[in-house]
Amino acid sequence: MQPLGPPPPPPPPPPAPRRDPAPSRAAYRLTRLWLTPLFRALVRVGLPGFALAFAAGLWLSDPARNAALAERLVTMVEEFRQRPEFLVRGMTIAGASAPLRTALPAVLDLDFPASSLALDLDGLRARIEAIDVVRSAELRIGAGGILEIAVTERVPAVVWRHAARLDLLDDSGHRVAGILDRAARPDLPLVAGEGAEEAVPEALALLAAAGPFGSRVRGLVRMGARRWDLVLDRGQRILLPETGARTALERALALDAAEDLFGRDIVALDLRLDRRPTLRLAPAAMAELVRVRSQPLPGDRR
Amino acid sequence: MTDLYQSQRTMRRMRRAAIERGVVAVLDVGTSKIACLILRFDGPEGAPAAAAATGVGPMAGQSRFRVIGAATTRSRGVRFGEIDAMPETERAIRTAVQAAQKLARARVDHVIACFAGAAPRSYGIAGEIEIADGIVSGQDVARVLAASDLPDLGEGREVLHAQPVNFALDHRSGLADPRSQVGHRLACDMHLLTVEGTAIRNLLHCIERCDLELAGLASSAYVAGLASLVEDEQELGAACIDIGGGATGIAVFYKKHMIHADSVRMGGDHVTADIAKGLHVPAANAERIKTVFGGLIATGMDDREMIDLGGESGDWEKDRRRVSRTELIGIMRPRVEEILEDVRARLDAADFASLPSQSIVLTGGASVMPGLDGLAARILGGQVRLGRPLRVLGLPQATSGPGCAAAVGLCLFAAHPQDEWWDFEVPADRYPARSLRRAMRWFRDNW
Repeated sequence: MQPLGPPPPPPPPPPAPRRDPAPSRAAYRLTRLWLTPLFRALVRVGLPGFALAFAAGLWLSDPARNAALAERLVTMVEEFRQRPEFLVRGMTIAGASAPLRTALPAVLDLDFPASSLALDLDGLRARIEAIDVVRSAELRIGAGGILEIAVTERVPAVVWRHAARLDLLDDSGHRVAGILDRAARPDLPLVAGEGAEEAVPEALALLAAAGPFGSRVRGLVRMGARRWDLVLDRGQRILLPETGARTALERALALDAAEDLFGRDIVALDLRLDRRPTLRLAPAAMAELVRVRSQPLPGDRR
Repeated sequence: MTDLYQSQRTMRRMRRAAIERGVVAVLDVGTSKIACLILRFDGPEGAPAAAAATGVGPMAGQSRFRVIGAATTRSRGVRFGEIDAMPETERAIRTAVQAAQKLARARVDHVIACFAGAAPRSYGIAGEIEIADGIVSGQDVARVLAASDLPDLGEGREVLHAQPVNFALDHRSGLADPRSQVGHRLACDMHLLTVEGTAIRNLLHCIERCDLELAGLASSAYVAGLASLVEDEQELGAACIDIGGGATGIAVFYKKHMIHADSVRMGGDHVTADIAKGLHVPAANAERIKTVFGGLIATGMDDREMIDLGGESGDWEKDRRRVSRTELIGIMRPRVEEILEDVRARLDAADFASLPSQSIVLTGGASVMPGLDGLAARILGGQVRLGRPLRVLGLPQATSGPGCAAAVGLCLFAAHPQDEWWDFEVPADRYPARSLRRAMRWFRDNW
């Protein structure tokens, strides 16, 4: 028999049994495990972190690779330091006298060009300030890679004679420089004696107060590292006390103004005890005094 | 009894631990569906922030928790509210719990469950003691609870709820909390609800197979009443009829305590089965016809409304049959009447008519049948209303219908469980004889 039409389509396959909507026990447990916060954090952060660290460790475990990496790192750092933005090409010095200006490069001992990242400005400043003549220094790296050094020098205020040497001291007592001859700085007053450098401000005040003596002042001598003697010409001395030296000096000035004390033939005026000022006469004057005292006064009937 | 007492105490401890941890699941194992809600507890300091965020006020402390995951699934292997085929039920529970966990993005370890069947039986028991020193202490409350005369529960019965509902001190009755009051004779009334022990064990086994721990058990009728009765109904006396798929739960509330619970082993599934048998259609079609066209009160209009029965039998004539809606109502109504008559009989047996107010609240999945309230009013009495569960924070719309009253009630039960017998102190004479706590108790009592 011939079929009447085209053959009927094959019957559709029987529908697959409906899947159970329930999760399997394993799936259920896995979901619960995944919802555990600690486990979740471990998987999402801990595991990648550990893998990354492990891979890095593995890669670095080869010494050759390790060395190459270190070398590259050093090179990179060096290249970065040598970039033209950080290069220091020279230096300018401001506020320094000529000898200091010539001495500074040797002190700093810098090779130009240098990287500004390698320059230890604080250390350089400490080295500059270690020089006696420098009171303070400012260092900065200015535009164009120039190291700018601004120096403030100490100004010598007195000449200090001690142990057969002559030094210049500034007004705080700090040594500025040594000189060979007193005549090199005749404008500065002279102080002498051990410990004089520690009392320079007092010395300067005393010298200012001794202005009325004018050119008669020869200098100050520190006695026993505790008090001052003012030395005038002709070897005359004013022995000043340890405290209140300036008051005592003004007293001596008043005496001199009233009595022309230091115009007479005295060797020393001792003001160390303020209740008992003492005069020491020269031998000739002493003899004259003895002689005068031994003569009867006119009208003295004996 | 002591065994169950200990296991109930363990469950209470577990519930506290779960609330400390912040996440707990509630599971309503029903005949037609299994609902799982995941609650997050923010603690007392989290509540104001949640209120500011959502604009919902504290709601008498009910907003301390928030539903963060909800899932319902078709129930399998449950008949009459009891587990019938355990592997099937376990899979259904797993489906619901997994879906809710995924939605909540949180793992739950503790679950509070309820079920409807297992032949609940209510007992009212009373106890009375003399107070030694004239002032009621916590220990006296424990003693009066222990002194209650326990009826014969029967073989294999377990206590599900044991709630003290009333305390009386001398001639004063109706005390909520007798502690620190002065009196000589302390009496207490307790409501005891027992169920078949095998049902509890089956449920426990299913939940353990899902790697969960049981943190509480409740009767479905009781928690449905908690969710759908308003406060004055609970106070003045009301019955909550939870018409579920395979069982209808009855819980009678008075003075904010459940005083009676019962269950009728019939529900919406029986209506569906009747339709399937009466119209010769598959059960799935019968369920669809019931939910789409079902009704209980026939009108003249229904004679003209014809329903396609459908079917996949392969017989063209059989699959193209049509019935009128009146015929459908004629099939559904006798069964619903039977259920309601049975409920009536149970309520009468429980002396429901003696309560001051006899309002009846219908809830549960089968309570949405059109015309049920009219029919129930004719059988059960005048004060019938359809109840919907309380709104709780974060509950999706799909699970806020009357079918989920038990699940919502279980949320409230998880947040604020009523004091039960095992929440009180253990009376001193129940401690082991050489226990250190007993020695400490003796010292505290005598100095």
